[in-house]
Amino acid sequence: MSRERFLRFGLPFLALVGALGAWEAVVRIGEIRPVILPAPSLILATLVKDWNTLFGSLVVTLSITLESLIAATLGGALLALVFAQWRFVERAFFPFAVIMQVTPVVSIAPLLVIYLSSGTAVLVCAFLVAFFPILANTALGLASVDHKLLDLFQLYRASRSRQLLWLRIPSALPFFLGGLRIGGGLALIGAIVAEIAAGTAGQGAGLAYRIVESSYLLKMPRMYAALFLISVAGLIIFAALNGLSYLLLRRWHDSARPREN
Amino acid sequence: MTERAVGASAMTPAALVTLLGVGKSFANGVTALEGFDLDIRRGEFLALLGPSGCGKSTALRLLAGLTAPTAGEIRWNEPHHELGFVFQEPTLMPWSNVFDNVWLPLRIAGQSRAQARERIEEMLAKVGLSGFARSYPRELSGGMKMRVSIARALVTRPSVLLMDEPFAALDEITRGKLEDDLLALKAELGATVVFVTHSVYESVYLSDRIVVMAPRPGRIVAEIEAPAAPQRNEEFRLGADYAETCRRTSQALHRAMALAEDSST
Repeated sequence: MSRERFLRFGLPFLALVGALGAWEAVVRIGEIRPVILPAPSLILATLVKDWNTLFGSLVVTLSITLESLIAATLGGALLALVFAQWRFVERAFFPFAVIMQVTPVVSIAPLLVIYLSSGTAVLVCAFLVAFFPILANTALGLASVDHKLLDLFQLYRASRSRQLLWLRIPSALPFFLGGLRIGGGLALIGAIVAEIAAGTAGQGAGLAYRIVESSYLLKMPRMYAALFLISVAGLIIFAALNGLSYLLLRRWHDSARPREN
Repeated sequence: MTERAVGASAMTPAALVTLLGVGKSFANGVTALEGFDLDIRRGEFLALLGPSGCGKSTALRLLAGLTAPTAGEIRWNEPHHELGFVFQEPTLMPWSNVFDNVWLPLRIAGQSRAQARERIEEMLAKVGLSGFARSYPRELSGGMKMRVSIARALVTRPSVLLMDEPFAALDEITRGKLEDDLLALKAELGATVVFVTHSVYESVYLSDRIVVMAPRPGRIVAEIEAPAAPQRNEEFRLGADYAETCRRTSQALHRAMALAEDSST
């Protein structure tokens, strides 16, 4: 393995293993009881033992996140396109979007739980937090078109729809993808926070409910195991969206290319 | 070689476009152009030379129809004139490769990639970029990007090519090469070229006629006919005609700038 590869992959891996080893050692040497701090080995054992329950909850959380993210992406991007085509619509409706954004989602959750079924309420909450960064970034992207390229399209008498399709949308793509990456992380946060507020139980329970439930029962290893799965869910979303961004931009955008030395 | 007073422009049969008393004022009160009279002759290489703020770029945008005059009129003597425009920056779409960038004007005109292929490849060959159709703009040097920009402007076979300081950001060696290639392309395609520049040497080397402009408000202060040389090349650049025309153009430019200082104090 070359020095470069070691620094890139080996070192972070060793640091992670070292940190887990130290944790395990502290718990064993200090004889800390699992109800205070479970050792990584115990958390792993719990993960295997409760896999059916926990994996079911992971699927629930991930699908809520994904559904809300798709809804937020479609809604945010479409609304940004409407804003770009009709300025007066933007003037009229942008304040609503801002109010939605600045109001913390936790404070809306109890209200949504009253109006909607708890599953839908969680979905709407996750949608609300993911929606704004996608809208704001896409709108910014659609407005940040090179003015000289706009001149060129005008010179060749391109229709408004072609200008949108061939110029504004490709220009906005890096901005949109930036918004999508922020939105993806926020959708997971929204799904977790809303579920804690809504307290969905039973069949449709996500990972957040497993944490709350385990804390009532003082099942610390299971809390940690659920927490671990939430991190994994976050990593999956992060990696998927970064991969998508890289695929779409690698040929032309500076953000997806290494700097020349 | 003749030099004549301003405002004596009359419609001549050879004029492709006539600008009559054209003025352009912006909403913020700035008058970019005032009383602009000019005949642009069919097939000529015309340079608009002047310091920054003299309205030369505005004149080009008016000719392109990107903005409308606030006074006077622009009369085209050819109803269907195809235009090409080259900006100071290459202004390429970074998400499209060289081929697709050159395709754009034809694509807007409704031609498919297959229909346009032959003309695009021919134009890329003319600007010396045959092997680069699949390259992306960021993989090219500044001079190569400008070549793509020129190919895109010429792919529709325009009767008029408008160029706004296209070589100003390039190094001298690249600029010299591009100037020669531009002259060859112009001779081959027979287009009329209106070339905005702030370089005396560039304007004398390239043009048949130089219009010197002064700022605040933008106006024409002198017009210089360049010497008729059989060929613009290194020999011409080292010759006495070139030096003499540069001297006269430079003097006219200095008078233009002195005028500007008088009017601003």
